[in-house]
Amino acid sequence: MLIFELSRPGRKNPSQAPASQPEADDIPAHLRRAGKPLLPEVSEMDAVRHYTRLSQKNFSIDTHFYPLGSCTMKYNPRGAHQMAMLPQFLARHPLAPETTGQGVLACLFELQEMLKDVTGMAGVSLTPMAGAQGEFAGVAMIRAYHAARDDTARTEMLVPDAAHGTNPASAVMCGYTIKEIPTDRDGNVDLAALRAAVGPQTAGLMLTNPSTLGVFEQNIQEMQKIVHEAGGLLYYDGANLNAILGRVKPGDMGFDVIHVNLHKTFSTPHGGGGPGSGPVGVSERLLPFLPVPIVAHDNGRYRLVTEKDLPQSIGHLSAFQGNTGILLRAYAYARMLGGEGMRRVADYATLNANYLMAELKKAGFDIAFPQRRASHEFIVTLKSLKEQTGVSAMDVAKRLLDKGFHAPTTYFPMLVPECLLIEPTETESKQTLDAFVAALKEVLDEAHANPELVKTAPHTMPVRRLDDVKAARELDLTWKAPAA
Amino acid sequence: MPFIPHTEEDIQSMLKAIGTDSIENLFDEIPPALRADKLEHVPEAMNEMAIGRLMQERAEQDGRYLNFIGAGAYEHHIPAAVWQIAGRGEFYSAYTPYQAEASQGTLQLLYEFQTMMASLTGMDVSNASMYDGASALAEAVLMAVRAHKSSRRILVPACVHPIWQQVADALVKNQGIELVPVPYCTGGGDAVAESLKRFEGGDFAALVIQQPNFFGVLEEVDELTNWAHAHNMLVIGAVNPVSLGLLKAPGQWGGRGADIAVGEGQPLGAPLSSGGPYFGFLCCKQALARQMPGRMVGRTVDLDGKTGYCLTLQAREQHIRRAKATSNICTNQGLMATTAAIHLSLLGQSGLERVAAACHANTRLLVEQACLIAGVERVFSEPFFHEAVLTFDMPVADVLRAMEAQGILGGLDLTPYYPELGNALLVCATETKTAEDIRKFVENLERIVSRHNSGPACTRLKPTATSKW
Repeated sequence: MLIFELSRPGRKNPSQAPASQPEADDIPAHLRRAGKPLLPEVSEMDAVRHYTRLSQKNFSIDTHFYPLGSCTMKYNPRGAHQMAMLPQFLARHPLAPETTGQGVLACLFELQEMLKDVTGMAGVSLTPMAGAQGEFAGVAMIRAYHAARDDTARTEMLVPDAAHGTNPASAVMCGYTIKEIPTDRDGNVDLAALRAAVGPQTAGLMLTNPSTLGVFEQNIQEMQKIVHEAGGLLYYDGANLNAILGRVKPGDMGFDVIHVNLHKTFSTPHGGGGPGSGPVGVSERLLPFLPVPIVAHDNGRYRLVTEKDLPQSIGHLSAFQGNTGILLRAYAYARMLGGEGMRRVADYATLNANYLMAELKKAGFDIAFPQRRASHEFIVTLKSLKEQTGVSAMDVAKRLLDKGFHAPTTYFPMLVPECLLIEPTETESKQTLDAFVAALKEVLDEAHANPELVKTAPHTMPVRRLDDVKAARELDLTWKAPAA
Repeated sequence: MPFIPHTEEDIQSMLKAIGTDSIENLFDEIPPALRADKLEHVPEAMNEMAIGRLMQERAEQDGRYLNFIGAGAYEHHIPAAVWQIAGRGEFYSAYTPYQAEASQGTLQLLYEFQTMMASLTGMDVSNASMYDGASALAEAVLMAVRAHKSSRRILVPACVHPIWQQVADALVKNQGIELVPVPYCTGGGDAVAESLKRFEGGDFAALVIQQPNFFGVLEEVDELTNWAHAHNMLVIGAVNPVSLGLLKAPGQWGGRGADIAVGEGQPLGAPLSSGGPYFGFLCCKQALARQMPGRMVGRTVDLDGKTGYCLTLQAREQHIRRAKATSNICTNQGLMATTAAIHLSLLGQSGLERVAAACHANTRLLVEQACLIAGVERVFSEPFFHEAVLTFDMPVADVLRAMEAQGILGGLDLTPYYPELGNALLVCATETKTAEDIRKFVENLERIVSRHNSGPACTRLKPTATSKW
């Protein structure tokens, strides 16, 4: 039942509206709305019940284990939520004078400082509103850097084939063409191919390390030399920062720019698809190009650095200051962890991933890179299962839902056939991981004994498998009231 | 260990299962030279009580002001149920609904959200949210350029939100797209078809029309829309969703309606929160649906023919299409779309209209009363909605500083953005302001301005005016 179907003409919530409706008689008739918008007319209780019931049809971290590779679905501390929702923080207008925001700016400044430290970068801007916008900011800074040096022949961005789709898409939004670099048998970027690809046209390389294959790029020092010697810059996609938090600083690996997904590594909520937050950090040479505003602390006062202070900035990426409320959550989380706690994140995320990989191997699953250590995630390939039983990675993923576990990431990265990319995160206990192994083992047994059961899963969700071909062909994106 | 549940026994048995004897060994593929020793600038851990106290102190330090600033972010009442439901773990801590069968709650809600936004804007379709209004405008510009095919230039009146213009420029310029400024009418404060005449004969992909514009002034949207369509341009309408309770929806503008409607969704359930998180909305006509950036939810059926919802047209998106995607956007502002859907359900048709009318009446009252003070004038003559520009014969910064001392944030100083307007202030009074609040604003303004003019306050009232109090 849709909220619109609960609607009854004339039903109102007077307690949620102003007491009277003054005439707007100074607004000319031809500028006024003709006809009412299709908004529900329901009681407050109807709405509360409807949306509470909808919420119950979701999996979430608060209710289920979510081993989604490259998504870092760790626990989102409730305390951080409460602190970001303090009434004074919520009430502050983004254009209010800095004198009225010294408290919030202090939190943001300290978050910048902590992020500089963990990334090994010289400066940080918190404004990008998600990872992809952080990527855009990073690549735009690389472009601005080359342009400032009149080095305008650099038109190409190098992206490994295992990269997230956002990497090539962000580089294209910055006006670059993409050259893909293949992966070698051990899951590293193919060095020979990289050497052959670089040249005076190279603007830079975008790299995720550990990569989306769940392994640490062992040749990173050599790679950075190749790219830098060709005059390109190195971009670090922080999607997998959780694996090395506090243990390796991307700046020490030679990266010039990084974005951090606070909604992954710093435990801010995913919210069913955002808001995220993707602060960028840069090395010395990119400092003049950082997006504004940035928080500065001078003479004992916090203030916003704007394009007036930073004339070469790539500019504003949002109307105001990015997703401030998310930044406050990340700040609270970072302070609860402390420096030691951050290193422990990497330690236990890695321990959990390697344990899960070892246990799944014992349970009969094929590991994509068994010769390698897992970082904070690893890949299982179900290619042989598919060949033997016809059961695909997608089928296994759907059957896991029936067992009370969210599916791992499926069919990404695209170079491993029938893959499950599994990331347990540090916040899960051994007992949960053991239960997950048992569930996957059950699905494996079912795939052999009764493949139809798995191919038609899920069986216990609010709906069975959905027809997404129909959804795309017979596009139905909005509800229309049935003709009376 | 904060947020790590492992016992010593767990750790030992896990290491044993892996076949190693320390966690340190798990990092043995990382070159030793790259391993960091210590984080120098991350302080020691605090527990929830301690950090809670610190943040409480900082929040209290910022305090609360009587706020009359709008300029793209508006203070509205948010029903308690909005955040209590959006804060439920099942919404708050869920991932993007890629596993549709385990995400029907979020998906159905987003389908409802899309329906509400499309209907509010008078468009056929909506996506599931963008980052904010400014970045949504940038995405609309990219869409228009894709759809138009021949031109990479967009006409943008100077009375469109100046920061949105900067954001759009920052986000599209690297693709060789040019935002061409159109001057606003200095008398009316609007973009007029007259000033657009000089662009006739040029090839432009779209005209941006903000309604109400940054000054709060109402644009002649029908005339502008028809002009743009007559000159082979698309129309991008940038609108305040609350205003649409009263004002003509972009889909109703002119003979054919705007082609794309975008806006800042913050007034629908998002607290001001120093700038975010908010959300952008992006709606368009059916013909442009496949040019949309970002996530969209479609209604379909399951194996049994039962209605269900899933993300659709994913072949437009970066995780499938990579370099050829319509945008790089991935994570959007899902939770804020959630709050908007709940917010709009609680307000309903009549509630939204009432909020819009109350905001407008309050601003109107404030402007009328303020203009009774000698030396205070309304700048533009055209009708306005919900926000207006006042000028003074003294620097706005001085006025605002004196007001701040009285606990009032008096509006936005336009001097840095529009120096040609002189001492101009953009002011807004939403439905959250009572008559008493407005009286406080006006009395303080009068005191500040009259002290500056150093005449007795009582003689400075204009004799013809009548008070509404």
